[in-house]
Amino acid sequence: MNKCLERLYNGLIKENPTLVLMLGMCPTLAVTTSAMNGLGMGLTTTVVLTLSNVIISLLRKVIPDKIRIPAFIVIIASFVTVMQLLLQAYIPSLYTSLGIYIPLIVVNCIILGRAESYAYKNPVFPSLFDGLGMGLGFTIALTLIGLIREFIGGCSVFGYELGWFTPIGIFKMAPGAFFVLAVLCAIQNKAKIIGAKKGKDVSKIQSGCGHDCLNCDVAGCGDRKENKFQDIEITQEDIESTAKINIQAVAEALKDKSEDVEYETIEVKEEK
Amino acid sequence: MLQIKELLVILISSSLVSNVVLSQFLGLCPFLGVSKKINTAAGMGGAVIFVITLASAVTGCIYNYVLVPLNMEYMQTIVFILVIAALVQFVEMFLKKFVVSLYNALGVYLPLITTNCAVLGVALTNVQKNYGILTGTVNGFATALGFTIAIVILAGIREKTEFNDFPESFKGMPMVLITAGLMAIAFCGFAGLM
Repeated sequence: MNKCLERLYNGLIKENPTLVLMLGMCPTLAVTTSAMNGLGMGLTTTVVLTLSNVIISLLRKVIPDKIRIPAFIVIIASFVTVMQLLLQAYIPSLYTSLGIYIPLIVVNCIILGRAESYAYKNPVFPSLFDGLGMGLGFTIALTLIGLIREFIGGCSVFGYELGWFTPIGIFKMAPGAFFVLAVLCAIQNKAKIIGAKKGKDVSKIQSGCGHDCLNCDVAGCGDRKENKFQDIEITQEDIESTAKINIQAVAEALKDKSEDVEYETIEVKEEK
Repeated sequence: MLQIKELLVILISSSLVSNVVLSQFLGLCPFLGVSKKINTAAGMGGAVIFVITLASAVTGCIYNYVLVPLNMEYMQTIVFILVIAALVQFVEMFLKKFVVSLYNALGVYLPLITTNCAVLGVALTNVQKNYGILTGTVNGFATALGFTIAIVILAGIREKTEFNDFPESFKGMPMVLITAGLMAIAFCGFAGLM
């Protein structure tokens, strides 16, 4: 149970996908024109993330390692389709305002990232809570950004007009999204600088997609960097077989030179 | 004649007026990540044009000739994402084997594009707007062209401002985002074209 709570805390605060890791920026910027849209998008993503985490965790021993990514994508895409149809049927207003960004949840890197780095390696319950925590962290961040943009850009909160000041319309338009994210990033940078001075571990901040995609391995998208080293396990067998190959290669190279040497190489083989 | 006019309107509106990155926020990761140098940005743009045009033609065919006759339109998301992933793999293998010069220019960017939401976004927009195969392909090309324009301009600005003296906490990504925001304002001006 403790582990489940730890996963929730991890997703909500410690490794908040949007505010700390900077993952899934496309939907974050696109749908946060109002707090309601942010909330809707966040909850939809949470449902998909939790369900896909559970299913992937259940199937983790069945899915072969080599085709795991396509398998993840099919599972995620199925849930996204289900959610899309449900929203269309029961909350048509949200369906129309989110539009194309609902099917695009498939390519949200948070979902694939959690599947790859957590659900594929862990049992069902922790995976469920991991999905829930990450999803709710995403929801809170999106609602918060939506709230800020709606307040400055429309002077309203969750659709209620306040009328306190003349709204700055640009914050509801596309450029406003970039500005809000820029300020968010600057706050993160500040936190990083202060944290580094105090000697805290700040390596997680902005470790998501803010980096150069070409150097993704180096930047460490999620936990991928660790996996890379886990995958390579050198066994005694490996060492022996490499040694064998080396000796054979030397022997073959020497074979061509002269008959005297050939005699020696045979000796080497026998010794081994 | 009417067809050509319609295609021109799509070309301008998709590439400039509703620019894929600056007003629809699709493909942000490569836009922010691979825009440090003009050369790499142009390479990425070229690869994106190639893949999106091809992908929108293929997904258009699959939608109109397979999914619609079978009444399986609701499967579009699953089918499209798998087709796009497979397509990028095949294109990479094909280029590596047969068109080595093109592979050398675009090769490194191709795997990155599989996860680019712009590709899936265009395929879905084509369906949503009821574009046919030809109009869909033109829309795909125009969208990718808009992406290339935006990323090359951003790379140019980033090269110029690389050593500017920003406040400490605004260095790096925040400044890139503000630049992108200012570009988005500029691109809002294109709305007058339509």
